[in-house]
Amino acid sequence: MIQVLAFYLFAVTAVIAGVMVVFSRNPVHSVLWLIFAFFSSAGLFVMMGAEFLAMLLMIVYVGAVAVLFLFVVMMLDVDFAELRGRVAEYLPIGLAIGLVMLMQLSFGFLAWQEVDAARPAETMARGVGNAHQLGEVIYTKYVYAFQASGLILLVAMIGAIVLTLRHREGVKKQSVMSQLYRDPKEAVVMRDVKPGGSL
Amino acid sequence: MDAFLLEYLPILIFMGIAIALGLVFILAAAIAAPSNPDAEKVSAYECGFNAFDDARMKFDVRFYLVAILFIIFDLEAAFLFPWAASFGQIGMFGFWSMMVFLGVLTIGFIYEWRKGALDWE
Repeated sequence: MIQVLAFYLFAVTAVIAGVMVVFSRNPVHSVLWLIFAFFSSAGLFVMMGAEFLAMLLMIVYVGAVAVLFLFVVMMLDVDFAELRGRVAEYLPIGLAIGLVMLMQLSFGFLAWQEVDAARPAETMARGVGNAHQLGEVIYTKYVYAFQASGLILLVAMIGAIVLTLRHREGVKKQSVMSQLYRDPKEAVVMRDVKPGGSL
Repeated sequence: MDAFLLEYLPILIFMGIAIALGLVFILAAAIAAPSNPDAEKVSAYECGFNAFDDARMKFDVRFYLVAILFIIFDLEAAFLFPWAASFGQIGMFGFWSMMVFLGVLTIGFIYEWRKGALDWE
């Protein structure tokens, strides 16, 4: 009973939050609704026994990705009211992207096979956690996909640095190594100054 | 399955109480607090002055770089959790597959360190 109620609570809030992301006037509110949608989806993941995915959704999406979105939306110098006025201009490309995503999702759904070892019922029966079950397949059975994800992260890291890192000229900064290797004998010079005299 | 979900019941109850308490505060403020706004009271101001400018402005792209680098290492750490949980079962192969993964990301880490992406001038 509670289970059914909780499912409908999370499902309805996820859908409402998703709709509000699209229809909010203020982009900051859109991102806040997006965070709410992530929370509801995490609740749904827990209902399916996928605790680890729920935790990842919290840590990665709410903790990092949504914050990055907020960052961009709040700080970029973009006139959103003006962009909103040109909806018709962006409609074709928006629909095209939506169609591509829909196709990808349906391909993924059609090609989807359940791994018995990671099925929630199996997990419960063996008395081990969801993260444990995932670990048993990710690093051995799906090792190539795992290594590919490592390479994608590497590309993202190098790409971000190549695209955005600019060193400004003539900025004074601390050099820890030269400070550590400074020799007190060379840094301080003792002079014997006579009274009334000068150096 | 039910026994498993029962462990999450306290969290659901906690969420319910939190939402109810939040609503109580908002509604109590809306009902009980006296409210007679005027144009000066509700206008935005910065330290007593009128707002100088829009809050949106161009900012240094390095803030974004730091955030992206954070996400990448966040994901790297996320991959470590299932690995640590199933460490006893996956054997040497699982161990070395994670070492290769970490090695690849360490190359990226050395690259960003040498490039000075972690320095803030």
